[in-house]
Amino acid sequence: MDAELRELYQQVILDHNKSPRNFKKLENANHFAEGYNPLCGDKIDLYLIVEDNVVKDVGFQGSGCAISKASASLMSSIIKGMKKEEAERLFERFHDLVTGKLTGEAEIEELGKLAVFAGVRDFPARVKCASLAWHTLISALHDGKKVISTEE
Amino acid sequence: MNKTAVHTEPKIFDIEKIRSDFPILRTTVHGKPLCYLDNAATTQKPQAVIDKLVEFYTTMNANIHRGVHFLSELSTKEFEDARIKIKNFINAKSEKEIIFTKGTTDSLNLAAISFGRGKLKPGDEIIITAMEHHSNIVPWQLIAKEKDIKLRIVPITDNGEIIFEEFEKMINEKTKLVSVVYVSNSLGTVNPVEAIIETAHKHSIPVILDAAQAIQHLTIDVQKLDCDMLAFSGHKIYGPTGIGVLYGKEKLLNELPPYQGGGDMISKVTFEETTFNALPYKFEAGTSNIADAIALGTAIDYVSSIGIDSIAKYEGGLLTYATESISKIPEIRVIGEAKKKSSVLSFVINNIHPHDVGTFVDFEGVAIRTGHHCTQPVMDRYNIPATSRASFAMYNTKEEVDTLINSLKKIIEVFN
Repeated sequence: MDAELRELYQQVILDHNKSPRNFKKLENANHFAEGYNPLCGDKIDLYLIVEDNVVKDVGFQGSGCAISKASASLMSSIIKGMKKEEAERLFERFHDLVTGKLTGEAEIEELGKLAVFAGVRDFPARVKCASLAWHTLISALHDGKKVISTEE
Repeated sequence: MNKTAVHTEPKIFDIEKIRSDFPILRTTVHGKPLCYLDNAATTQKPQAVIDKLVEFYTTMNANIHRGVHFLSELSTKEFEDARIKIKNFINAKSEKEIIFTKGTTDSLNLAAISFGRGKLKPGDEIIITAMEHHSNIVPWQLIAKEKDIKLRIVPITDNGEIIFEEFEKMINEKTKLVSVVYVSNSLGTVNPVEAIIETAHKHSIPVILDAAQAIQHLTIDVQKLDCDMLAFSGHKIYGPTGIGVLYGKEKLLNELPPYQGGGDMISKVTFEETTFNALPYKFEAGTSNIADAIALGTAIDYVSSIGIDSIAKYEGGLLTYATESISKIPEIRVIGEAKKKSSVLSFVINNIHPHDVGTFVDFEGVAIRTGHHCTQPVMDRYNIPATSRASFAMYNTKEEVDTLINSLKKIIEVFN
């Protein structure tokens, strides 16, 4: 496989695509948002249980490409136990990563497992795939709008 | 067929010569030879078309129908010659029936607005099918809302064919128009337009054909078909983008009000009243896309020199070969299995999203389209978010089909 392509489809991403973590509806969720990318039809329903400002549990369902599914899966694992503000800060850094603004090796390493999405920066058309779950997370945390779109 | 038709006996199909006429086919993508299989989105341009655009801007650029100077007369003649080429290509009765537009979408908007304003009343019904491109849905929805008209949708089978009996049942005294896609861009289905037109005409209902995916693959004779209007784009038949055609029967076009107002479409303007220009200019407000119309004429010449019948036969062979090859891969399901198909092969792969397929095969040099293909209702019908679509043109080869098939096998291996 081509190096650039392998960088995009890292084994971790392929693995999360095949067996997404927390791929379930949370019946007792107290925060919810639906994410939608009308350009490619990617959809995600995100369920959160937030107690005392901490994300206690996460679940998601939906359909999308390997990048969007793996992103949602990894995000769901990583934000569990985080404070709302921490999750929001992480999103900002993740966004910088996939848009190529985060270039320092140390900074990228700090993102831990999320660093596997660094390859997305070479595929501008796929940035929305990687960030859909995160946009949906922010919406769910604020519980404001129920349906969020990448095209607004 | 009428004696003015340009379609001739199939000639020898020289694929090497044809490929050499398209300079972009010599491009490499990610270090691999370009394997361009996204022809339903747009076709590549032969050198003759590219040269014509350069020639126009280099030697004859001037506005048309205005000046009396040399260049204006020259560009006007070239522009009107292109109209005649198109008239001959689809065997229209008169060049007055050939309206230049921006493309199929623009043509269908013109049809919807002019027909809607001129002919439709609250309570009327328009019939379309479940496999229309958004451009043959949304313009009708807009006019339906404006005029309080009902849009009725002919359902399709699992194979991707319209259910003809349902169409027949839908026709009633309120039906004022049928607008239907000739060849589906997402399923490849060739619709039985002859039978649709015959049935509609028995009830004196006019029929519009969206020929965006038909014009480059099938012999179209509007007199034989007896369609009332027909829309297509230049860029899908090896011509430039930004130019298209709406054919309409002269009598019908004369009965309809103009689409847009402005220069060129008038004969006399005072602040009290405006009288409109004759056909086709009544529907061509403002300065037309002159260069691209002329280059579309060149594209039509090019296609005619090879012969649309030869092209259809060759592409039919490619589609059959591709369908047989892809059907041997157990993880792949073909979407759209109508008995009569043209050029389009849509498919889904188990557990692999079309966008990943698109990105992956791109690295093998293969350009295909992935997504909903502007036919979201079709995707809903099959309960899928998107498909991958390979679509063929006259310059594609069996070797390119093999390249596609091999790259699909590779992604299945990597993702499983």
